[in-house]
Amino acid sequence: LFSDSASSSSQSIEKILVANRGEIACRIMRTAKRLGIRTVAVYSDADRDALHVKSADEAVLIGPPPARLSYLNASSIVDAAFRTGAQAIHPGYGFLSESADFAQICEHRGLKFIGPPASAIRDMGDKSASKRIMGAARVPLVPGYHGNEQDIDLMKLEADKIGYPIIIKPTHGGGGKGMRIVNSPNEFVESFLGAQREAAASFGINTILLEKYITQPRHIEVQIFGDKHGNVLHLYERDCSVQRRHQKIIEEAPAPNISIDFRSHLGQAAVSAAKAVGYHNAGTVEFIVDTTSGQFYFMEMNTRLQVEHPVTEMIVGQDLVEWQIRVANGEALPMSQSQVPLSGHAFEARIYAENVAKGFLPATGVLHHYRLVPVSSTVRVETGVEQGDTVSMHYDPMIAKLVVWGENRAAALVKLKDCLSKFQVAGLPTNINFLQKLVKHWAFENGDVETHFIEHFKDDLFVSPTNAVSAKEAHEAARFNAALVAACVISMEHSLSKENSPGNNSLSIWYSSPPFRVHHCARHTMEIEWENEYDSAGSNVLTLSITYKPNGNYLIETGENCSPGFEVKATHLGNHDFRVEADGVSMDVSLAVYFKDQTKHIHIWCGSHHHQFRQKIGRELSGDDEAQHKPSFDTASHPQGTVVAPMAGLVVKVLVKDGTKVEEGQPILVLEAMKMEHVVKAPCTGCVHGLVVTAGQQVSDGSVLFSVKDQ
Amino acid sequence: ASCWGSRNPWMIAQPRRDFCLGFGVLPDSIDRTSDSFTRNSKAMDELISDLQSHIAKVLCGGGAEAVKRNRSRNKLLPRERIDRLLDPGSSFLELSQLAGHELYEEALPSAGIITGIGPVHGRLCMFVANDPTVKGGTYYPITVKKHLRAQEIATQCKLPCIYLVDSGGAFLPKQADVFPDKDNFGRIFYNQAVMSAEGIPQIALVLGSCTAGGAYIPAMADESVMVKGNGTIFLAGPPLVKAATGEEVSAEDLGGAAVHCKTSGVSDYFAQDELHGLALGRNIIKNLHMAGKEGLLSRLETVNHEFKEPLYDVNELRSIAPTDLKQSFDIRSVIARIVDGSEFDEFKKLYGTTLVTGFARIFGQPVGIIGNNGILFNESALKGAHFIELCTQRNIPLVFLQNITGFMVGSRSEANGIAKSGAKMVMAVSCAKVPKVTIIVGGSFGAGNYAMCGRAYSPNFMFLWPNAKISVMGGAQAAGVLAQIEKGNKKKQGIQWNKEEEERFKAKVVEAYEKEGSSYYSTARLWDDGIIDPADTRKIIGLCISASMNRPAEDTTYGVFRM
Repeated sequence: LFSDSASSSSQSIEKILVANRGEIACRIMRTAKRLGIRTVAVYSDADRDALHVKSADEAVLIGPPPARLSYLNASSIVDAAFRTGAQAIHPGYGFLSESADFAQICEHRGLKFIGPPASAIRDMGDKSASKRIMGAARVPLVPGYHGNEQDIDLMKLEADKIGYPIIIKPTHGGGGKGMRIVNSPNEFVESFLGAQREAAASFGINTILLEKYITQPRHIEVQIFGDKHGNVLHLYERDCSVQRRHQKIIEEAPAPNISIDFRSHLGQAAVSAAKAVGYHNAGTVEFIVDTTSGQFYFMEMNTRLQVEHPVTEMIVGQDLVEWQIRVANGEALPMSQSQVPLSGHAFEARIYAENVAKGFLPATGVLHHYRLVPVSSTVRVETGVEQGDTVSMHYDPMIAKLVVWGENRAAALVKLKDCLSKFQVAGLPTNINFLQKLVKHWAFENGDVETHFIEHFKDDLFVSPTNAVSAKEAHEAARFNAALVAACVISMEHSLSKENSPGNNSLSIWYSSPPFRVHHCARHTMEIEWENEYDSAGSNVLTLSITYKPNGNYLIETGENCSPGFEVKATHLGNHDFRVEADGVSMDVSLAVYFKDQTKHIHIWCGSHHHQFRQKIGRELSGDDEAQHKPSFDTASHPQGTVVAPMAGLVVKVLVKDGTKVEEGQPILVLEAMKMEHVVKAPCTGCVHGLVVTAGQQVSDGSVLFSVKDQ
Repeated sequence: ASCWGSRNPWMIAQPRRDFCLGFGVLPDSIDRTSDSFTRNSKAMDELISDLQSHIAKVLCGGGAEAVKRNRSRNKLLPRERIDRLLDPGSSFLELSQLAGHELYEEALPSAGIITGIGPVHGRLCMFVANDPTVKGGTYYPITVKKHLRAQEIATQCKLPCIYLVDSGGAFLPKQADVFPDKDNFGRIFYNQAVMSAEGIPQIALVLGSCTAGGAYIPAMADESVMVKGNGTIFLAGPPLVKAATGEEVSAEDLGGAAVHCKTSGVSDYFAQDELHGLALGRNIIKNLHMAGKEGLLSRLETVNHEFKEPLYDVNELRSIAPTDLKQSFDIRSVIARIVDGSEFDEFKKLYGTTLVTGFARIFGQPVGIIGNNGILFNESALKGAHFIELCTQRNIPLVFLQNITGFMVGSRSEANGIAKSGAKMVMAVSCAKVPKVTIIVGGSFGAGNYAMCGRAYSPNFMFLWPNAKISVMGGAQAAGVLAQIEKGNKKKQGIQWNKEEEERFKAKVVEAYEKEGSSYYSTARLWDDGIIDPADTRKIIGLCISASMNRPAEDTTYGVFRM
């Protein structure tokens, strides 16, 4: 495919150091291996046993868990490359991928940087500078202020000129960090200062730009590719409109509901943008599309391979990491613009460890159960973790990317829904259930996407506990699933206790099925608590009464509304799988059971449903009277007014002193985790008590921060 | 060969069972089309539905009001407590469900105490659970008897005992029948001490009150658990303390879990609530180093793990035994439905044919079966004694299937020394140290009851079918004997008895024998370990044998056989 005519000046890459972690490191190594290129991983102390380390031929420890001491430590990484004899460094995305300095260092020290030239990174990395360049190259721009003068009064004046709503952005960085939307002039100052602080913490540079805020925008970006011979082409666009917390969660390619004309205009604009900065290697030009006017504007250019690059790969049938390596080797692009194929439709759903109900807060924890959907030529799963791994607070909480392809958008969507329902994660909260709701939404099905999609349809996407109909439906589904859980757990426990009894052979008669009782049927009572992820407040304890019927089935009654109960037959197929027959309908069911915090957690996947339950156990272990005071995840066990850390993180700012009188909703302190700020507010009006944390202090998930008491 | 072609191809040749049966397999001898089969089934169905209605009542414990009160205190019912202690999905062999049936003026469901055997962490345990919904869990005479019987079985089978204590102690109005005698209340603690000395673990879970004498159950236990709030142990409750010393104290402060786990040391484990207490109980068993280990090991070699179910439907056991005891039936049709693969190797088949003896397996466990097929003659008694000797020598458990009207009477029989032959069988039964299980599937009369291992011969377990009758002789015979004596007496007084008077006299005797010989009369008084559904016979014998083999083999030595 690639012509080798122009490339012979330097030796081809034989060993690559991947300066990244997680799924992207694994994904780069996969292509490298296919090409016969050996791989070197780098890792922090926290990633000693991580999948990307195991996937590499060699691995080098580069420092302690905090990224700035390891994955952002350019000199350790370059040293690692020399120690292992790697000729090239692939930076992946995030971390050092868009550091012009790093690209420079690599080049100076004779290492190939698999990415664009440092100059292009620098040009595009400064958002104000990039807009100037783009303006000169006649790429359309959003009205805004991109000046160096950062005086707050002047900025406010500029904002008034542009007209509200406006958006505040740091000039450096990306991923939505530090961005603020300002709807009216009186919100400006607070937002401005917050954005500055977050920008400084994330990128070390706190300059800010202002732009007109488009109320119904779509986020469409174009994948471009350039070689070192001046060729640049585009690989069509991706729609990344569906976002939460300004971060993408579902991407698709090509963008739905756009004309061929629009597509080619967009592509040409992207190519012009890349050419304007002398670009080579993979890059993405992001545009904001005003759905009301049909106008598109340049937003920024990401000078790296993007998280969502697989959707493009799926529709053009190319391996972009291979392209990156070959371009780095000096080869020319393998095709011309007109030869780039466009086939079918692809979706990517990002699966995150996060707490959807708590505003998509990042979550941490152990992947006690992790079962991916089977991959095929049309289903890809990009992941960097395995069952048993920990998603820590040090890095991005993305667990996996699910990528599906279909002949057209509708076919791909069917596949996406199916795969999401079969994607099994247990041990930490994820956004899978939410993604399922999202992709089933009629507006999404129609391709009516825009960046406020989630906000716009929040009533449909979040089960509100006040919505009686949906709450009842959810409860019914949970009740049924609880019955299935009971049947599966009992049949599994039964066979386990039969196998594990010390005199198992001689006593097997005592474990017959169904268990024998003199003149009556054996019964079993099981208390099981439904973890209603949208309403953790209400009591969701279900008391199930299980009767062992003579035919081996279980009659499971929940003792509610005089409901007749379910007659269930469970057959253990091995591993986590069961075939369950309930009231005459049989279906496949998967179960994951794990123990955490003296609680047995049970997850069930049945049809398109996933439910989680828990059972209190383990009190066998503690027999003392002493009330053991342990920090609990459950705020219910704390006195009213107590505020616990909603996630593990770093206290960046404490806004009031202990003992201060505060209003309900008043910000008390600012917590940062995964480079996101989270403001902890007073739950009620009163006096702050027990506020002892200070800025710079690390707090663990669920630990008590302070309490607010009435005077 | 030519006839194959002419056959209807859809008519697959039915294998004729009697030709296909392997060596030692019992043939199917039942005529399912016979009138008696239908009649017996119908009669047994009535008996069983009657039985079910009695059982349904006792399963409710002390009634809805008491159950509600119990629940309001966060307490489970005794059977639910046991369910939570048992291994998940395991079986429970409950004993004497109908003890106390119509025994007192007031109802006493299951005698106010639930007993039975089941596995906990793979170890068979004896459960003794007070039912606080029945008269506050107090001990009536029959309650004591049932408790002692459970301990007796536990002693014989070396089963760890779990006492789920929730009792107000002795039922005071009947103290004279509860307190003083050898087999009264005090014997409970004596048994605990003796079993503990033998290495049979004694575990008490104090889930409710445990007053006066009852306080010794946890105090005598090897390990005990107390539940905060509900569990109390004291020799005298707050009212008595106030009366005796003037001290005013709450039950919890006087003898609650905190006092006994922290201060007095009467209890060992503090439980936050009942479920916690039951979980602690399971844990205690988990940590036991089990007595009778040798027995288990030696048994592993003999138990066949791949066993076949009987060839014939066990439910047909409900249709075999006639409710009219005058009608006989072949005990082999019962055996065929309780032994593995219906395989039964008969011993001395042609000798003493009124007693059927032979070897079989039940759930893979070897057993020797002795069943009645009519009156016991000299030969049958000798055959029985011989067979018992064989089994004791080989440590094979014995299963007695009783349906016996007695030994043969008459001059010829006496002259042949029927008493001597009967004595041999009684000697063999008495001394046999192998596990013994007795099922009364019909009548059990006179010395036949003895020779066939009746209650007095300490079978490890003894169960009745609903149709069973137990008495010294048949009602009609007794009426005949008594009428003759009465007639003689009257004659001496010069009184002529007319036919009508004589019949009335006889009818009264028959009625009394009928009542006192019924299975309910027996089971209410704990002359047995329960009435069972005939269809459950195989399972129950299997469970009993399994429980009984939970100990090392013992050598049998006999006394002097009168030759």
